[in-house]
Parts: sequence; C-alpha cells; structure tokens
Amino acid sequence: MKHVKTLNKANLKETAVHGGCGECQTSCQSACKTSCTVANQKCEHAE
Amino acid sequence: MIHKYKLFDMDIVLDVYSGAVHVVDDCIYDMLDYLFEPFLPEPECPRFIVDELSEKYSESDIRESYAEICELAANGQLFTDDEYEKFALNWNKGSVVKALCLHIAHDCNLRCKYCFAGTGEYHGARGMMSEETGKKAIDFVIKNSGNRKNIEIDYFGGEPLMNFDAVKEITEYAKAEGAKHGKNFRFTVTTNGILLDEDKKKYINENMSNVVLSIDGRKEVNDRMRPTASGKGTYDTILPKFLDMANSRNQDRYYVRGTFTAFNKDFANDVIHLADLGFRQTSVEPVVAPGDAEYALCEDDIPVIFEQYEKLAKEYIKRWKNGNWFNFFHFMIDLDQGPCAIKRLSGCGAGHEYLAVAADGDLYPCHQFVGNKDFLMGNVYEGKVNKDIRGYFEKSNIYTKDKCRSCFAKFYCSGGCNANAFNFNGDINKPYALACEFEKKRVECAIAIEAAKKLSD
Repeated sequence: MKHVKTLNKANLKETAVHGGCGECQTSCQSACKTSCTVANQKCEHAE
Repeated sequence: MIHKYKLFDMDIVLDVYSGAVHVVDDCIYDMLDYLFEPFLPEPECPRFIVDELSEKYSESDIRESYAEICELAANGQLFTDDEYEKFALNWNKGSVVKALCLHIAHDCNLRCKYCFAGTGEYHGARGMMSEETGKKAIDFVIKNSGNRKNIEIDYFGGEPLMNFDAVKEITEYAKAEGAKHGKNFRFTVTTNGILLDEDKKKYINENMSNVVLSIDGRKEVNDRMRPTASGKGTYDTILPKFLDMANSRNQDRYYVRGTFTAFNKDFANDVIHLADLGFRQTSVEPVVAPGDAEYALCEDDIPVIFEQYEKLAKEYIKRWKNGNWFNFFHFMIDLDQGPCAIKRLSGCGAGHEYLAVAADGDLYPCHQFVGNKDFLMGNVYEGKVNKDIRGYFEKSNIYTKDKCRSCFAKFYCSGGCNANAFNFNGDINKPYALACEFEKKRVECAIAIEAAKKLSD
C-alpha cells in the first residue's frame, strides 16, 4: 500500500477463540504494584 | 473503534478490536475524520470527502487512500467489530489460583512517605511471616491451582530481606513440593536493598526469576521520599548494591522500580538517571495517593506528566537507535505476540487467580487490599476462600466497567488496577480516572516507539 504501513498481524480476534490457557504471568507480579499493565506481557506460547 | 493520534512525526492509527497498528500518511489521517462506524465501503470515494480534502490533496491521492482504507477494512484491520462482549458476558472462568504475593515481612527498615503499606505494617501490627505460614501458603496454592503448571510466588513486604531465612525455607519447600505435584514455581522478590549482601544476592540469583529493586531515581528525589527510620537518605547505601545485583544478573530478569510524585514531576530525568547509571531494566510509576497528600498527583499535573512521557519515549528511541538501549516497563508492548484477548479482557487476576497472603496467613484479593477486613477472603490454615469476594473479582472485566467501553486502551490495561478503582471510587468496576489518563498516554508512547523501531528496520 502506498499510503499505509501496517505494523503487525492484528490477530487479537483469533486469540479470543484459542487463548485463555492461563499459564501466563500475573501482570502485577513483575514490576508494577500500583497500576495494571497487561499488554507488555508475553504469551507463554509465544515463539 | 479506531484511535488515531500524531506522535514523533508519525500519524498512527490503532484498530482497537483487531489490535492492528498502522502508520498512515496525512491524507488517510484526515480522511478518517469523515468515515464513521459501522463502515460501509463504497465503490468510489464519496464525493463530499473528495471535496473536503481536495484543497490539501490531489484527487488521485484521495481516491487511492479511500481504496486502501476499504482494503484494510475488508482484511479485518480497520473498523473491526467488537466481538469480545460475548466472551465477557458468558464469563465462567472457573479460575484457579496461580500466583501468591507473600507478605513475608509486615515490617520495614525504611519509612517511605508514600508507602501504601503504612511503612510496612499494613495498618496492623508489625510482624514476620513464619516458615510454617509460608509453607501453608505453598500447600494452599498447590491445592488450588488445578492443572496450572506455572505458579508465581512474590515475596513482598514490608521489606522481605528482614525475614530472609523464611524466604529461603519457603522457597526450598515450594521447589520440593512443586516437583512432587508437577508445578513449576517462579519466585520474585522485591527489596529496598538495605540488607542486600553477598549471600542473599547469591541465593536470589540462583532461585528468583525476577527481582525488583526499589529506588526512585536521582539522589535528592530518592532520599526525600525513601529515608530510613532515623531519617537518613538511602541512595548512597543501595546504589552500589543494586548495580552489582543488576550486573550479576547480566542486566536481565530484574527491574529498578521507582515511584514519582508531585515532588518530581520531571520524572523522565529520574528514569534517564537510572539508565545513565547503567540500569537497563527500569520501571517508574506515578504515586497513588489520597488527594490531600502534598506529594499526590492531580488532574492539573496531566499536561506536564504527558510531556515527560513523550520526553522519555523520545530518549528511549534515540538510545535504541544508538545501541545503548534501556527498557522501561510501561513502554514495553508486544504488537505481535502479546497476551491473548481473554487475558486482556480480565486483567491482573486479583481476587481469583492472584491472592495476597498477609504475614499471619490471612488471604486478601491483592497486596493493596491487605489489612482491609472487608476484603478478608480466608486464611491459608483453613484453605478456603470467600466465594462472594472471589466472584466479585472474577466477574469483573472490561465489559463490566462502563468507562472502558469507549476507551481505546482497554486491551492494553485490561480495565486498570482494581485496588485503585476501589480506593478512589468504592467499586472495582469504576476505574481511577487519573491512572487511566496516564495509562492512555503510556500506551500511545509505547505504540509510537514500536512504530519508530519498525519503520527504521
């Protein structure tokens, strides 16, 4: 495309169907203890 | 829903429900002002849009841009529908407990002025968790974690190193019991560093998957808010220990973690100071404080805080390009392999997947609720949790929080911190507005950083 550069795969919908195994880290455990930041976590199944 | 914004000379468009991120040119950016949802593509760009934009762009660019928008929409990358509410409405997580925050010491050797734990004792008596209570907590999580393999234990306080023998004994017990029951325990310890020595460092490095080192940044900033019980500053004592710890872990699997307040609204300088000292893993968060505290942040501070996040993001990109990168926890974002949508709907897991264990074994939804008897969920010695409180937290998600419905950042913060929501608004489903503003800005910066990195590849 000439006017757009898309940066990622945009697979959020797919992960709604296949996700939810719950093996990932609890978000508050790493370095935020007074906020909630989830998007910086990796999926346990990420390659 | 889309969210568009300009940052660092980039026009960025986020398609909220697919997670797609686009960097677009000005023609598309401006055209999006004339397109509404549900988006119904037409074979040609509507005449009124051509007319509106023709002063700034050529007709061929306008028509090409419209065609590209239609293509993105057809590919599920723009104007994507919200299909997540059905997952949220049919919420039956059947959650299991997979993480415990062990309050190994309800006591502290510092008197940090912003401490939500009331300088360590959590508004109760000062005291240490016994080995026996810690082991009961391990038994509790093994029993209540179902088929979940990965279990997290966070040693928290107060100051955990004041009770380090118990930390070691509980850790060894968890490893042994985990092996018997097919559980993989991961340990984290948070410390202010005062009692850190060679032996403790060695044990932490051999056993803890993460270590959180508390320091606020520049000496004057840190020492103002993080004095000892006798009022002395701590920066000079902890800094060499923290640098040694960070280097001994190869600058990985740790964070220096600070808090910024109204006393250092120029907090980007504190993060940069930590990076300049040689720390590569940083996390500095806004203080959460009652509005009448002199160090509290307020709505009037939003513009200056935003400016600081932008300054920090700019420096972050610059250093990444120069090869002397540092990591800032709240700018970390994985646009391709981040958490699944289910995780993003439900958030931190406090109260159902994640519980805090007070020094005496009492269970609470998270560390921030410890000491609030209205949220006492049980005790590790009884091994049961209050189902009403558990259900209240388990059912909460971004669709039970009205304010999140129209927010572009909801899949990045998952509805925010429930403890903050309760403490400010009396309901975990009513997010704390100031934190929302900061979070949205951080998400914008984080996405812009990724965009800048990808465009420079």
